[in-house]
Amino acid sequence: MSLAYYPGCTLKTTARNLEEPAVASMEALGFKLDELPRWNCCGAVYSLAEDDLIHQVAPVRNLIRAKEQGKNELVTLCAFCFNTLKRANLLMKEDVEKRNTLNSFMNEEIDYSGEVKVVHLLEVLRDEIGWGTLAEKVKLPLRELKVAPYYGCTLLRPREIAIDSVEDPTILREFLKALGASPVDFPESTRCCGSYQVISSPDDIAEYARAILNSALRHGAEALVLTCPLCDYNLGRGQKELMKKQSGIREMPLLYFTQLLALALGLGPRVCHFGLNHGSPESLLREKDLLPQVESVQPIGG
Amino acid sequence: MSAKQTKKKSAAAAVKPGTKKPAATAVKEEKKVAARLIPIYIMGKRYEVPEGLTIMKAMEYAGYVLIRGCGCRGGTCGACGTVYRKPGDYKLQVALACQKTIEPDMYIAQIPFFPANRALYDFAGLTAAPEEVFKLYPELFRCVACNSCTKACPQGIEVMDAISALKQGNISEAARLSFDCIQCGLCTSRCFGELAQYHMFQLARRIYGARIVPRAEHLAEMVKAVDEGKYDRFLDELKKVKEDELKKLYQEREAEPMVAGEDWKPKDTTYL
Repeated sequence: MSLAYYPGCTLKTTARNLEEPAVASMEALGFKLDELPRWNCCGAVYSLAEDDLIHQVAPVRNLIRAKEQGKNELVTLCAFCFNTLKRANLLMKEDVEKRNTLNSFMNEEIDYSGEVKVVHLLEVLRDEIGWGTLAEKVKLPLRELKVAPYYGCTLLRPREIAIDSVEDPTILREFLKALGASPVDFPESTRCCGSYQVISSPDDIAEYARAILNSALRHGAEALVLTCPLCDYNLGRGQKELMKKQSGIREMPLLYFTQLLALALGLGPRVCHFGLNHGSPESLLREKDLLPQVESVQPIGG
Repeated sequence: MSAKQTKKKSAAAAVKPGTKKPAATAVKEEKKVAARLIPIYIMGKRYEVPEGLTIMKAMEYAGYVLIRGCGCRGGTCGACGTVYRKPGDYKLQVALACQKTIEPDMYIAQIPFFPANRALYDFAGLTAAPEEVFKLYPELFRCVACNSCTKACPQGIEVMDAISALKQGNISEAARLSFDCIQCGLCTSRCFGELAQYHMFQLARRIYGARIVPRAEHLAEMVKAVDEGKYDRFLDELKKVKEDELKKLYQEREAEPMVAGEDWKPKDTTYL
């Protein structure tokens, strides 16, 4: 089965470790993530100014691209792209005046009124595949791996676009359970990583990370699972700052949910590009026997 | 509109530059067909010029002497980017002055040059990493996908898609999409995010050509063979041939067909 798919710019450069394991995993599950032939930046961040319609053009144009392809559903992977696209879609669906303004500005494109449903890959796994089926497909259960689900903001806020309960989300917990891992709940799982605030106040990056990582550590987590490249950047960089300031801190590995998915489905570390992770997870995974040495034991082709 | 047609019509008009008389009065006896004069506005001033002229010829007809803003006159140098509007139409139109035929009541302004930030770099030190472009042109990320650049391109390039490709780290795709760019700068003149698209594309094509496209190994071999004098003997022989014989040899030579497979070889392989 083919799913129309929007990657986002970061997934093509610094977050290939989020995208490539997802594409490979979905293929293993019988789904093709079919990238839109034409797409642009999602808009990066949803504009909250009421009259700032120019910053809605980018996300809406992507939704138009999906509609042009005859698609009624668009799968996203980056939590930030998901947020921007889904909110812009809601705007086009519900605000007639702004919809008309945007459509007439983009008069070189077909008209759009929110026809495409924006979903996140986690929703596809939960609603179209199901945790039970996913668990059956697992080849290398992530046994004894204690992972704290970190949602950040953009999959859950605002309420209108949330993929799960805003107050008590369980989707990542259920996902980790299906892969055989041990989810570690912790109270900071939906606390903001600092988002783009770190651009204007870069010194705060470590303090944002400190609260989240300490909480996860205290609750017994060995690693944090993420859905968003910006969370990865902020927590990863923040953690490095903390380690510089204070010796003796053990680095908390940061992993994308798609990397765990690929490992559990037996696809091996090659598609995971662990080298791009900010908090390096490889020694932990090796400790838990979760890194099959596929590269070194590859048979010589005959 | 070809240059030939333009010439024919302006010659038929036989109107001296600067005269504003309708051409009809000047051709009473002779059987010349006068070109109709049509009004155009150059930088806001009305001129009557023979229809069928290109914008560039019309400007010259109106008395402008172009020492900048004109170059090849063949639509490939990018020196004569022009914007115009027509009455009753809110849309800004773009053209190359040397290519576009005038239309009645056009309001025309040439934009032969538009200031744009061009990064300085030592190409020898550049790799094919997407970050090279990000570092040299960080304003890339100011793009809001408004698509004004695409609408302003007289070459019909999907400019915004090419900018998106750069943001996505796909230098090859940006080079491919921007292949027809003639660097006129009209995209940049319209950019909401103040990007210098055409300079970014030039960088992309340079990186693509030097760092991404596979090297043609057979070319290096051939250059080596030439250097080593493999073909000197054949050239020396040709030099001795008389002119008539040389012409005959040239006309009768076996040329590679327009469409030929990779493994095509001439029947006579003596010179390979």
